[in-house]
Amino acid sequence: MISQLSWKIGGQQGEGVESTDRIFSTALNRLGYYLYGYRHFSSRIKGGHTNNKIRISTAPIRAISDDLDILVAFDQESIDLNAKELRPGGVIVADAKFSPTVPEGVDARLFAVPITAMAEELGTSLMKNMVASGASWALLGLPLEVFNKAVEEEFGRKGPAIVEKNVEAVRRGAEFVLEQAGGPLEEFRLEAADGKMKLFMIGNEAMGLGSLAAGCRLMSAYPITPASEIMEYLIKKLPKFGGTVVQTEDEIAAVTMAIGANYAGVRTMTASAGPGLSLMMEAIGLAGMTETPLVIIDTQRGGPSTGLPTKQEQSDINALIYGTHGEIPKVVIAPSTIEECFYDMIEAFNVAETYQVPVIVATDLQLSLGKQSCEPLDYERIVIERGKLAREELPPLEQHTLFKRYEFAEDGISPRVLPGAKNGIHHVTGVEHDQEGRPSESAVNRKKMMDKRLGKLSGLRVANAIKADAPHAEPELLIVAMGSTGGTIDEARGRLSGDGVATNHVTVRQLHPFPSELLAPHMKSAKKVVVLENNATGQLANLIKLNIGGHDKIENVLKYDGTPFLPSEIVKACKELR
Amino acid sequence: MATFKEFRNNLKPNWCPGCGDFSVQAAIQRAAANIGLEPEQLAVISGIGCSGRISGYIHAYGLHGIHGRALPIAQGVKLANRELTVIASGGDGDGFAIGMGHTVHAIRRNVDITYIVMDNQIYGLTKGQTSPRSAEGFKTKSTPEGSIESTLSPLEVALSAGATFVAQSFSSDLKQLTALIEAGLQHKGFSLINVFSPCVTFNKINTYDWFKEHIVNLDQFEDYDPSNRIAAMTKIMETGGLLTGLVYQDKSRKSYEDMAVGFQQEALAKQELKLSEGEFAKLLAEFK
Repeated sequence: MISQLSWKIGGQQGEGVESTDRIFSTALNRLGYYLYGYRHFSSRIKGGHTNNKIRISTAPIRAISDDLDILVAFDQESIDLNAKELRPGGVIVADAKFSPTVPEGVDARLFAVPITAMAEELGTSLMKNMVASGASWALLGLPLEVFNKAVEEEFGRKGPAIVEKNVEAVRRGAEFVLEQAGGPLEEFRLEAADGKMKLFMIGNEAMGLGSLAAGCRLMSAYPITPASEIMEYLIKKLPKFGGTVVQTEDEIAAVTMAIGANYAGVRTMTASAGPGLSLMMEAIGLAGMTETPLVIIDTQRGGPSTGLPTKQEQSDINALIYGTHGEIPKVVIAPSTIEECFYDMIEAFNVAETYQVPVIVATDLQLSLGKQSCEPLDYERIVIERGKLAREELPPLEQHTLFKRYEFAEDGISPRVLPGAKNGIHHVTGVEHDQEGRPSESAVNRKKMMDKRLGKLSGLRVANAIKADAPHAEPELLIVAMGSTGGTIDEARGRLSGDGVATNHVTVRQLHPFPSELLAPHMKSAKKVVVLENNATGQLANLIKLNIGGHDKIENVLKYDGTPFLPSEIVKACKELR
Repeated sequence: MATFKEFRNNLKPNWCPGCGDFSVQAAIQRAAANIGLEPEQLAVISGIGCSGRISGYIHAYGLHGIHGRALPIAQGVKLANRELTVIASGGDGDGFAIGMGHTVHAIRRNVDITYIVMDNQIYGLTKGQTSPRSAEGFKTKSTPEGSIESTLSPLEVALSAGATFVAQSFSSDLKQLTALIEAGLQHKGFSLINVFSPCVTFNKINTYDWFKEHIVNLDQFEDYDPSNRIAAMTKIMETGGLLTGLVYQDKSRKSYEDMAVGFQQEALAKQELKLSEGEFAKLLAEFK
C-alpha cells in the first residue's frame, strides 16, 4: 500500500483533458484524499499539447511531485513529452486509436485502451474523458460506485439517459483495462483516505469566495490569464447579494471604477495580472493620495510584456512595491496557501478601510490555478473592520468650511465619511490638499500631509506577516520564499533532514511594508540564507538585502523557465549551497 | 430646499477671466437647485485640465481624479450609491483624447450619470496644444504648421455608440445650458452634454463671437424630433456639429443599474456586509 501517487492526463487542448481531470479528482475527493493539481496549458483554445497533473495523498500535500506514476495519453505527443517523467515501472494508459508506443529508454507498462472507439460506440467521442478516467480509476482498485456517484452529480441535470451513458463509458473503460492488466495494480493501491470530503478549489476561487465573505459587493475587471476565474466566480455570486461585476473596457477603467465605488462606500476590488497592473499604476497613486481604500489582486504570471501568460513566475514584486510614481502608503500581501487566499482577502479589505490605503494581494499562477484540497474555512474568522468610517450624524458645518476628511490625526488616519452624508461634504483630489481636501501648495501643509500619509502604516503587520517553521536554533540553512513555493520547500526539507541538513523555513507574506524585525532574527541564527524565487533577478532577495542586509549570507536560487520548483531541485540546490 | 447659492463655496476658480467654464459652473449649480437636490445628494467627479477643477468649485461631494478617468470613477460612485446624483465633467482633451475609450464605453454601458464636457478645442492648462476637437489647419504650439488630423465629432460618436441622451450647448446661453443639464440629470441613463466653452487665452479662432456666428440652435425648429436617431445624425452632419439643444434622447432604454440582474434598488453602500452562517455554508458546499 502507498500513501501518495501522481497521475497525469495529456492531450490536445479542447479535447477533454480538463474534464477528465475534473471528474477523476472529484471522485477522489469523495473518498477523502488530499489532492494537489498542476495545469500545463497555452494561450490558445483548441489544439496544442496540454496536460493536467494531480498528486493524490492520504495526508495534506502542497507540492507537485518530481515524478509520475500513471500517464493517461490521448495522443502520442503526450507520451513523447511526458513519459520521461514516469518513475521506473510507471504506467501509460493510451488511446489504442493512434497505436501508442513507449519511447525508447522508458521503463513503463503500456495499456492501449480503445478510448475513442468506445466513446464513439456510445454515441459521441466527447465521452473519451469517461472511458479514460474509468480506466484510471479501475487500475487503482478504487470502488466504482463512488466514481459513478460523481458522474451522476456531474451529469444529473442533463437527465438519466446521459448519466447512464457516461456510467457505461466508465464501466467499459474499467473493464477493458482490468482484463488487460489482470486486475487492479497492486503497487498502486492507495491506503484508504479518511472518507471526509474536503473543500476542493483553485486559489482564484478561494479569493473570490474570500472577497464575498469580506463584504465585497462590486467588482470591476478586465479579463486576463490567470485572473479571470475570480471575476467569473463573482459574476455568478454577486447578483445573489445585490451587487454586480462590471467587465470594463480596460484595466484603467477597472481600477478607477473600483476607486469611485470604494470612495462611495462599497467594498470593491479588481483583479488582474502583470500587464493589467502596469496599466493601473497611476490610479493606485490616486488611491494612495486621496486615502481611498482599494483592493487589487495580482495573479503573477510570466513577464515581461506578454511574457509567458500561462506560466508560473513571481516577478511583479518590484512593480507592485515601486510601480507608482511619487510616494504613497501601500500594502502588498502574498498568500502562500489556498486557505490564505481566502483569509487574506478579508484582511485586505479590512486593512484597506482601516488604513485608507491601496492593498495589493499578490498570488502566483500556480497558487491561482492549481486545484487543491483546502482545510475547512472558519466562519468565525470572518470579521469586518471598517476603521474610522463615520456612521453617526455629523454636527453642522460652519459656513464655508468643509468636513475635515484629511484631519491631522495622531495616527495619521483621518475620519472618513461617505458621499450622501449630511454635513460631511469635503473635497477629494489627487492634487496635494489641505485637511478639507482643497488644493494646497503650502510647503508647510505639503510636508505635514506627506508625513501623515506615509506614517499611517508604521507598524502595520498583517496576520502572520512571515510564517516560520524553525525547529533548529542554529540551522545550517534558512530557506526563504513566497507564494506557492512553500509547499515544495516543506517537501524538500523532509528529504534534506533525512540527509542530515538542518533547515529552517520562512515564508514572507507581507512584502510591503517589509516585516524586517520578524525575519531578521531567523537570518541571524542561520549559517546561510537561501532565497528561492521564480524570477531572474532575485527580487525577494534584493528586498531582504535592502531592508535587513545580510548580503554575505544570502544565496539566491532562481527559476524562471515558467515552471514551479520541484522538490528535487530544491534539495539539489540546498545541498550545493550548504 | 436648497437654492443655487447653497451649491457655491468660497473658492475662487483659477480660470482666466472670461473663461467659458464659469458659466458651466453656474449652470450646474442652478440645475441642481432647480431639480430639488441638496448639496450632499450630488457628487461631481472631474478629470484633469482647467475644467477638471470644477468639482472643487461646487459645494457638493466631489472627486478630482486623474486625467481622462472621470467617467469610470463616476460610474463606480453611482453603482455604489444609486441614490446620489452623479455628474462627471472635464474638458475635450480629457474626454475625447486620453479618455475617449472610457467615453465610448460609458455611453454603451448607460449607467445613470451625466457627463458634461467643457469643449474649448484646445489644451489650456498645458498652455496651448492641439486637441482632437481642433479644426484641421488649426495652429498651436504642437501643430505650428496647422493640425493635419481630422476633427473628432463627439456627437456623431455618441450616437453611433448607442447614446440615450445627447445634447450640446454654448456657455454663453446660460438658460439653455441650465435646462439641458436639468434634463440630463433627470434622464434615466447616461447623458452627454457637450458645451462649447471658449478658451479666451489660447484659442483665438473659436471665440465667443465665432460661436455666436456659426451655431444653429435647435430650439428654433418646432418640428425637430429628438427621438429620431437618423434625423439627429443628419442634423449633426448638416451643421458640421455646430448645433445646440437636445439632439437626441431615447427614453425607452433602461439604465445599466436597472438591467443588471440582481442589482439591488437600495444604495449598495448601505448594505450590511457580513454573510450569515447559513449563506456561508451554502457557498462552501459548492466546493465539495
